[in-house]
Amino acid sequence: MHELSIAMSIVDLACEEAESRGAHGVEVVYLKLGPLSGVVKEALLFSYEIACQQTPLEGSKLLIEEVPIVVNCPVCRDRRSVQSLQSLCCAECGTPTPEVLEGRELMVTAMELRA
Amino acid sequence: MIPEPRLVEVRKNVLKQNDVLARALRERFREAGVLAISLVSSPGSGKTAFLERTLTVLRARYRVAALVGDLATENDAARLARSQVPVKQIITGAVCHLEAAMVQNALDGWNLRDLDFLFIENVGNLVCPSSYDLGEDLRFVLLSVTEGEDKPLKYPTIFNSADVTIITKLDLAAVVEFDEVAAKRNIQSVRPGMQILKLSAKTGEGIPSFVEFLEKRRLRTQSTCAVGK
Repeated sequence: MHELSIAMSIVDLACEEAESRGAHGVEVVYLKLGPLSGVVKEALLFSYEIACQQTPLEGSKLLIEEVPIVVNCPVCRDRRSVQSLQSLCCAECGTPTPEVLEGRELMVTAMELRA
Repeated sequence: MIPEPRLVEVRKNVLKQNDVLARALRERFREAGVLAISLVSSPGSGKTAFLERTLTVLRARYRVAALVGDLATENDAARLARSQVPVKQIITGAVCHLEAAMVQNALDGWNLRDLDFLFIENVGNLVCPSSYDLGEDLRFVLLSVTEGEDKPLKYPTIFNSADVTIITKLDLAAVVEFDEVAAKRNIQSVRPGMQILKLSAKTGEGIPSFVEFLEKRRLRTQSTCAVGK
């Protein structure tokens, strides 16, 4: 379980951002999370609260948007979703497709700041 | 009156610090002409035995070194030192994976130009190491025949983050009735097109073709670098 260390990285990143923008507080941190990031949403939410304690982010909310895996299907020649994490095949035509375009995200996309 | 909070766009990777360090390491490895390979697997899949055998075979013709990560003890470094190549232990404490900064620190005092191959043995863990780029050129995931053929389906993310699967403990395959076809099918399902090698560190079966694979990869990396320059 490495979600606590990931949560601490999120808190560090958010503190830096808030400070550089002259904010006095953080209400919400928006995070994009892909299934191939190796991070579990529930564990991260639990860890986030702990990581926020005694930091300027205490009391802030972490809103996680889970995004799907997108591959480039060589047969459809287009962006496609996959059958499952256990079966990286084009959801349309069933071709196995190793070329992952999206799904590894672990990214802070936005924040709600207090002046 | 409390003013409304304002929404700002950020778009930054949470692990950007690690990613920046990993990119710098990758660049250093390329410039020095060393092929860096990391090993991930569950605890007890035979990473250290595999590495000991590999280092012993390679050192006859190449300059090799290894970094080995563990939560505690220097046991693995002591074991690997028997292969008579430079070995450094990275003790992570409570941390369940290696990060690029740990690799960078461990390399202190080593001249990478003196090396042809560098092996980085991650902490035995099939979950957390998948999130961290270490700057390696190749990531091997080890799957021992004693573990069960469905391991790739249970831990798809680590298999997806790796470049090559090494099936280990081949000498025990018959005893544990290892179903190689099923294991390979599961690997291909979570990572289509993945290269799979199989070997036994104990008997040496599969080691020559593994060494040949390493040599080819090293030449390929070097020629890409030469073109790059």
